[in-house]
Amino acid sequence: MAATDEGGLWVYAERRSDGSSFTPVSLEILGKARELARQLSVELTAVTVGADGHAAADLRKYGPDHVLELAHPLLARHDGKAYATAIAAEVHKAHPSTLLLGATRNGQDLAGRLAVRLRTGLTAHVTSLELEGKDQLVGWVPGFGGGIEAGITCPVKRPQMVTVRPGVFPLPAEGPPVGDVTTVTPHLSEKDVGSHRVSFEPKGTSIDLTRADVIVVGGRGTGGNFARIEELARALGGEVGATRVATDAGWVDRDRMIGQTGVITRPKLVLVLGVSGAVQFTVGIEGAGTVVAVNRDPQAPIFDHADLGIVGDLGPVVESLLRALGED
Amino acid sequence: MRIVVCLKVVPRPEEVKVDLETKMLDRAGARSVINASDLNALEAALAYRDAHGGTVTVLSMGPPQFEPYLRVALAVGADDAILLSDRAFGGADTLATSYTLAAGIRKIGHVDLVICGEESSDGGTSQVPPSIAEWLEASQATYVERLVPGKHGTVHATRVLEDGKETVELSVPAVVSVVVGSNEPRFLDYDRWAFAQSAKVLVWNEKELSGDPQYLGLQGSPTAVAGLREVKKAGRRHETLTVTPDEAAARIKTEIERTRLARS
Repeated sequence: MAATDEGGLWVYAERRSDGSSFTPVSLEILGKARELARQLSVELTAVTVGADGHAAADLRKYGPDHVLELAHPLLARHDGKAYATAIAAEVHKAHPSTLLLGATRNGQDLAGRLAVRLRTGLTAHVTSLELEGKDQLVGWVPGFGGGIEAGITCPVKRPQMVTVRPGVFPLPAEGPPVGDVTTVTPHLSEKDVGSHRVSFEPKGTSIDLTRADVIVVGGRGTGGNFARIEELARALGGEVGATRVATDAGWVDRDRMIGQTGVITRPKLVLVLGVSGAVQFTVGIEGAGTVVAVNRDPQAPIFDHADLGIVGDLGPVVESLLRALGED
Repeated sequence: MRIVVCLKVVPRPEEVKVDLETKMLDRAGARSVINASDLNALEAALAYRDAHGGTVTVLSMGPPQFEPYLRVALAVGADDAILLSDRAFGGADTLATSYTLAAGIRKIGHVDLVICGEESSDGGTSQVPPSIAEWLEASQATYVERLVPGKHGTVHATRVLEDGKETVELSVPAVVSVVVGSNEPRFLDYDRWAFAQSAKVLVWNEKELSGDPQYLGLQGSPTAVAGLREVKKAGRRHETLTVTPDEAAARIKTEIERTRLARS
């Protein structure tokens, strides 16, 4: 790749903990970035960090102009300090205009540190990205109490940094490999590394609701009876999702929480059961194909977000539905 | 071990009003609370101190009205409290906020461990803890649920990641962020209430902080709010029915079959 990449668009391609493949959100952003780079007439670079280069070439399937691989034994596992040091050195050489990262836990661990190292602005957790003017991104962030999203920009400093929520952009299709791969060995020493892994306990059943086609969501109105919700999800070949109320109450694991502080989902079908429909939740299902809601309260805001809404007691409706599905 | 806990006082989200005409957030009418995960950060700090010795200082940034919240932290068990308060700190984004907090931590001096909550309920960026770590050139571990001493003065932190739990050894000084709900924050200690009421909450302004003005407040904030808008709702059919459970089940089943057909 060119020594300087003035105006260029960089995407941080984050590897999974085992180092073998990339997090889905990295690829989602690469897909979106391909589109943005075309509109801006700039080059797209996928940047990846690790102990070796064996996975980097996979990124060529997602349409980058360049793949930049930062490889060093001290980068074998994610350490915010070391990763920021390695990436900042390349940013200082090439001067990209934009750096996008996935809002995963390690992605955010890195982004907060890197933004300070680069003395630049960081917009966190965006759910959509728009272009404004010559090279300015507007990152839209939902929140602020109800039904409102804020557009955040970084008008002067470059690179403008943005972290993107998983699941908000579709996973791009793989194409024929394109772009060149450059491997760089950063100058690092032990003092650049702040933390070392002592142990790792993989999650037995890792659940990624951003990939589910069918989700059955339970909220406060379930009264904690998730056994029936699970049964329904099983009958539909789907996954169980939950609101913050349900996960805070300990009825369901926190990684099944949907919404602003949980997961943004795009299922083909979502059944929303006993959920009032606060905006903090509904931002997590805006991208769903079909929304069916059941709630006792006819005034519940969830009906404003549903294709089909049933006003009624949850228990009997779920029993009838399980029966009806069992008849097939 | 000297521990600093960063506390943020946030408006209750449901009480924040938005004026779409002026595109301004009106937080004035909202009551405030200590940010939820910051209470977990405070508990993690107090538990660490109680088990392994040391002191816990709570640090916040905001207007003088935030002082009572720091007294709550003192009554819960913190040893002392500092509020960074100056108009020059206002309008700060995560870069300027983290700079100011880091300057406060530097002024405290000889801090081994900084504990923050994972994210604030109003800003919700989760970027401040790793940003503080960078300003302090400290090591960092975010999304931590457990902290124990390691060998040779290190700290072992267990991070909750998407695909598992990772325990890391951190060199000190270190900055960690604690996941919400990772512990049970203790109640107010009424025996400490009198102490908390009479204790001196140190208030440091810009001059006392002796930071670089270019990194403070609005001036030190590279990001800007370009606009506010209503969240776009997806175009939905909004067919709402009040029917018997069996009729409801039949309608839902039809809807399910329709999506199945659309899929194949």
